Amino acid sequence: MTTHVCECASAVERIVRAFPSGRREALIPLLQAVQEEFGYLPQDALRAIARHLNLPAAKVFGVATFYNQFRLKPVGAHTIRVCRGTACHVRGSKQLLDAVADHLGVTPGETTADGEFTLETVACIGACSIAPVVMVDGDFHGAVKSNAVAKLLEPYREK
Amino acid sequence: MSTVLREHHTVKALTEACCSRCTHRAATPCADYVRCRREGPICHQDAGCSAVLAGARAAANHALAVPIIYLGAGTCGLASGMDKVIPALRGFLAEHDLDVAMKEVGCFGLCHREPMLDIKKPGRPRVCFDGVDVKKALAIAERYLLNDDIPAELAMGVIPTPDADPDAPEFAALPDLYTLPVLARQRRTVLKHCGLIDPDSLSEYLARGGYAALEKALAAGDDGQSVLDHVLQSGLRGRGGGGFPTGRKWQLTRQQTPTPKYLVCNADEGDPGAFMDRSVLEGDPHRVIEGMLLGALAIGASYGYIYCRAEYPLAIKRLEHSIEELERVGLLGDNILGSGFSFHLKLKQGAGAFVCGEETALLASIEGKRGMPRVRPPYPAQSGLWGQPTCINNVETFANVSSIVAEGGAAFASVGTERSKGTKVFALTGTVKNSGLVEVPMGITLREVVFEVGGGILEDRPFKAVQIGGPSGGCIPDQLMDTPVDYDSLIAVGAMMGSGGLVVMDERTCMVDLARFFMEFIRNESCGKCIPCREGTTRMLEILERIVRPAGGESPRETVERFKSVTLLEELAPVIRDTSLCGLGQTAPNPVLSTLRYFRDEYEAHVFERRCPAGACRALLTFHIVAEKCKGCTLCARQCPTGAIWGAPKQTHIIDQDKCVHCGACQDVCKFDAVSAQ
Ligand SMILES: Cc1cc2nc3c(=O)[nH]c(=O)nc-3n(C[C@H](O)[C@H](O)[C@H](O)COP(=O)(O)O)c2cc1C
Ligand code: SF4
Ligand code: SF4
Ligand code: FES
Ligand code: FES
Repeated sequence: MTTHVCECASAVERIVRAFPSGRREALIPLLQAVQEEFGYLPQDALRAIARHLNLPAAKVFGVATFYNQFRLKPVGAHTIRVCRGTACHVRGSKQLLDAVADHLGVTPGETTADGEFTLETVACIGACSIAPVVMVDGDFHGAVKSNAVAKLLEPYREK
Repeated sequence: MSTVLREHHTVKALTEACCSRCTHRAATPCADYVRCRREGPICHQDAGCSAVLAGARAAANHALAVPIIYLGAGTCGLASGMDKVIPALRGFLAEHDLDVAMKEVGCFGLCHREPMLDIKKPGRPRVCFDGVDVKKALAIAERYLLNDDIPAELAMGVIPTPDADPDAPEFAALPDLYTLPVLARQRRTVLKHCGLIDPDSLSEYLARGGYAALEKALAAGDDGQSVLDHVLQSGLRGRGGGGFPTGRKWQLTRQQTPTPKYLVCNADEGDPGAFMDRSVLEGDPHRVIEGMLLGALAIGASYGYIYCRAEYPLAIKRLEHSIEELERVGLLGDNILGSGFSFHLKLKQGAGAFVCGEETALLASIEGKRGMPRVRPPYPAQSGLWGQPTCINNVETFANVSSIVAEGGAAFASVGTERSKGTKVFALTGTVKNSGLVEVPMGITLREVVFEVGGGILEDRPFKAVQIGGPSGGCIPDQLMDTPVDYDSLIAVGAMMGSGGLVVMDERTCMVDLARFFMEFIRNESCGKCIPCREGTTRMLEILERIVRPAGGESPRETVERFKSVTLLEELAPVIRDTSLCGLGQTAPNPVLSTLRYFRDEYEAHVFERRCPAGACRALLTFHIVAEKCKGCTLCARQCPTGAIWGAPKQTHIIDQDKCVHCGACQDVCKFDAVSAQ
């Protein structure tokens, strides 16, 4: 998990320094900025943040693990988000999620062994009128059928 | 963001000074700045300046000398394909060298018709087209823009504009959009501008009377007392779910003496299946910010935060842009319009935790802590952000305030019922024909919302229930659909107004499964502070899962527990409700209780007959391959995780019921619809 952190150490420093030190209010925005850069929160970055904000590392880990947005593991090349909001649920998103999970051989929150896809769920992305919705990276796919999952996902492997 | 072709940048933005005699800057504010945008120039008379401002106003009111294409570029529009239409149209305009303005607008509410595009030619109404893919967009552009041939058969209607002749014969065949059933019963105040104006343009908001309410309130010189009076008189109640009277909350915060005070806008919109706040923020952000400015004046706050879900990147972008523009022209910051009133507004992004919608958790999150609710009192009004007096309101609550102040509290109170005033925005979703965003007067019945505004059920299937209020709310069955939309009536039938999620369900939705769905959501989102909420919801979920678990392979003990499940649920519910700290735990049993109240027979069919009447719980279904439809493609046999399917290629396949684990994988993969489930 922390193997390639040395290369990012300077990038972490750069991000951290853009925020005022010692101000707890900056913690969540800082975590968001680091995740924006790396796609996840490397452990060493969490320690650097704790030092910068003058907080115990446990507090920083506590916040990072509380919120659904933060990931402590690297993500795949493509992120698949299956909507599990109410409107999508009523239109069959559970079956759809199962079909995606089966196809990739992972459960939500996991990344495929080849590092291509990370599977996540979200609660309503505001496109309920085309439920059920799957988002791959920035692309929306609406009214997705369980038997069309392979056709939808496979083209992303080449991208 | 709006893109107007380069040629049109010749007119000044309405926010800009007409000439060097205009002294208004953020640092040297002019009290008449806002009125001057609508009526000016005020401080000097000059034909040239009058012409400059008139031109800027005309442009902001979309009275351009060239055609305008409006592109529905809210999340729903982009998701349904607008992102591909925009570059195609841009290419078309460049190829034919057409002088046409393009404007990206927010959600008009007809999400089921997206992608939508309108074209307005000078002196003509806006012609609206729905279901526009690239091919249709190019066909429309070619006929209407290139050949001036109105493609009436492709259009869904027109939106009248001030500069258009309402009786023009060439548009006689097209209905006024507002007379369509989906819009005729609506009353749009909060959504008034959504989908019609460029949300990134302060000039367009100002040209339509924007910030006039703020100007009026500041000119009154009474420290916001008149704002408070209007809001008290209006009877406005919070739109975030609880329905607490907004005026009373503001009065309480105003009475506190410590400074600074804070005002917070709750844009965390956690109900998973609702998107009212997102659409307002994406489509008309200034309406929300003006409401906040008025609120800040009324309570005496000098700092504010908008706490917005990180899952709403477009809303965040729009808000950042609007705040920046307002700071630049001096409508946010110190000494606003020279009145001495200062308000500094910051945007905070949430990090994905439903419980952060709860006010004390939200404040903890702004302070950089884990978003866990705390005991009240002290209420945020007494001790909120960093221990200072703080007032928190929902996006839609703020969006109502500018019209209350502009038109008076009494006008607002004339709409609605005795104890629920004004309008409510709903995100109408599920198996309803017109899914999208609707704004209706309080007091309208749920049946009218679903069957008149919503157009009824998809494929005209039998209606079963609506779910209102999200994970804290409840289900309302057919026999109670004449319940009026008002805070108290909805609580009386075991549901609640909630923030505006309205999910329509037909006979194929299983109510036990729906209860299980909400319980799983709540279990995952409980912050874990209270044992009854953390453990109780886990336990309720286990019980619900046992009810929908496959019929076979149960131990005798498990069978006994299954038989007791309904009793256990009813025992647990009041304990969780009464002993949890915050609204999340207190309302967590609602989806179970309301489905038990109205659909007890469905629970009993699952528990005692091992049958799902809606045919939705796969574990209780038997899968068969229909011989006439099966082509023997072998796909299902390869997909089945337990090897329960056998058959030679090109021969009808058969499912071994003893091996089947009811996963339904075969049904999902079959391309010939040959797997049936009963
Ligand atoms: C678990 C939970 C989630 C909530 N989520 C939201 C939300 O997403 N948006 C919101 O405006 N209010 C939400 N609320 C209500 C807020 O606590 C608060 O009452 C509201 O923002 C006050 O604004 P109002 O008076 O304008 O409605 C939630 C409450 C609870 C208990
Ligand atoms: S009721 Fe649940 S969500 Fe609310 S404070 Fe207690 S544990 Fe947390
Ligand atoms: S997938 Fe469908 S058509 Fe193919 S073998 Fe199975 S049931 Fe028959
Ligand atoms: S519930 Fe899936 S997009 Fe709204
Ligand atoms: S059909 Fe595959 S397990 Fe039953």
